[in-house]
Amino acid sequence: MIEEKFDAIVVGAGMAGNACALTLARRGLKVLQLERGEYSGSKNVQGAILYADMLEKLIPDFREDAPLERHLVEQRFWMMDDRSHVGLHYRSEDFNEERPNRYTIIRAQFDKWFSSKVREAGAVVLCETTVTELAQDAYGRVIGVRTDRHDGEVHADVVVLAEGVNGLLGTRAELRERPKPDNVALAVKEMHFLPRETIEARFNLRGDEGTVIEAAGTISRGMTGMGFIYANKECVSLGIGCLVADFQKTGETPYGLLERFKRHPSVAPLIEGSEVKEYSAHLIPEGGYNAIPQLYGDGWVVVGDAAQLNNAIHREGSNLAMTSGRIAAEAIFQVKSRRDPMTRQNLALYKQMLDDSFVIKDLRKYKDMPQLLHIQSQNFFLTYPQLVSKAMQNFVRVDGTPKADKEKTTLRSFVKARSWSGLFGDAFRFARAWR
Amino acid sequence: MTTEISVRVEDKLFYNRYLVDAGRAHIKVRPHTVPSPALLSLLKACPARCYELSDKGQVEVTVDGCVECGTCRVIGEPGGDIEWSYPRGGYGVLFKFG
Repeated sequence: MIEEKFDAIVVGAGMAGNACALTLARRGLKVLQLERGEYSGSKNVQGAILYADMLEKLIPDFREDAPLERHLVEQRFWMMDDRSHVGLHYRSEDFNEERPNRYTIIRAQFDKWFSSKVREAGAVVLCETTVTELAQDAYGRVIGVRTDRHDGEVHADVVVLAEGVNGLLGTRAELRERPKPDNVALAVKEMHFLPRETIEARFNLRGDEGTVIEAAGTISRGMTGMGFIYANKECVSLGIGCLVADFQKTGETPYGLLERFKRHPSVAPLIEGSEVKEYSAHLIPEGGYNAIPQLYGDGWVVVGDAAQLNNAIHREGSNLAMTSGRIAAEAIFQVKSRRDPMTRQNLALYKQMLDDSFVIKDLRKYKDMPQLLHIQSQNFFLTYPQLVSKAMQNFVRVDGTPKADKEKTTLRSFVKARSWSGLFGDAFRFARAWR
Repeated sequence: MTTEISVRVEDKLFYNRYLVDAGRAHIKVRPHTVPSPALLSLLKACPARCYELSDKGQVEVTVDGCVECGTCRVIGEPGGDIEWSYPRGGYGVLFKFG
């Protein structure tokens, strides 16, 4: 396919792959980036929220030409039961700043733009090319990749696996395990188009202001999962995801959950009359710190979702992807500039640098959370949301019952559902996992 | 809301663009007489409902509407029920928004 040898091959053109290829190319390395989609972004799916800080580190003036949707001035958390939601909203005029902190984006469009920056930096970007396996020498060292193109083997000093959560190459070469059903969530999403003014009126927004809603509760029917509603300029991204292991166990269908979420009385008015233009699905790494695989070896590193780098509690993934891609590139550049070989020993620098970053620090902080939420999913996603909703209704409904009696009723409902030891145990376990 | 809501997945897939690689299915189901529990779970877990039960009670896959999420790979590959590859470059689902 290509006779010449590259300094680095980057497999995949998502957030991690683009961040890595861009950084490597700017450092003067000869980079080949391979992407199976017809363009960078055509296979990529995300909610999506973009965190400005991590992109600024790569492209400081991205606001000038990146396809951004709305800057977020508000974040809503909803705890839902079947007929209500209890909400926590945070909205601040501080977010109407010159350089906003978070934006909604549409990934296919954003990634296409990101890829144009990678090309401008001098990387060779080859789309419509599926990498089928890693090329390894007799000692198991990765020396390049094989693709589905004619004579499709191409060599490089190092291969960056930015192949996404469902990456095949690393698992086929036994560099890491296939994701397990309890370490990944399946999320389904629809794009609901509405006139701009309608979105702004329904979500209480002016101009390019945006808001996002993260929702948990009975919508996941006792499974570990969450729903989301993100306001874009002229469409609303709406989706729901649950652990694959839970889908497998319960026999719930992803589209059934999505439909039920859309028909919820708190959600339906937001999307009424919309035109749906796309239905997508994607896996999300949910295993956290304990699911992170070996990150480097002889001739290779793995970045982004492929390395399970996703903070499920804060719903942050793309910034961990971008940061790991950038850090991997910096590590490779350092090894290269010392004229050292891309061995396992030398590439350990990537892991060291990543350990020092927020990526691993944040994941380590919440290392026990995924397991807690999964094992206790019935309590955290079904029982508590129902109890809280009843308590709130009891609190706000005025019906002549003395307030002291109301409080007793609420307290009794909690104790009856979970018992004193259960309540304290849950609070303790949650606090410990959060710490 | 315990009643089941009927959903026509075909209608959802109709919104999407695909370039189907005719005759080269990227997912294959291992021939079987009685499907394993993992294989059976794909009838419901697949978000594009690519898996159907045949008249003889075997699980079959039609990949034309596949959104390439990998759920069936995570469930079905460990036990050897299915073989999963990515479509050839440029083929498969073509997301406009993603």
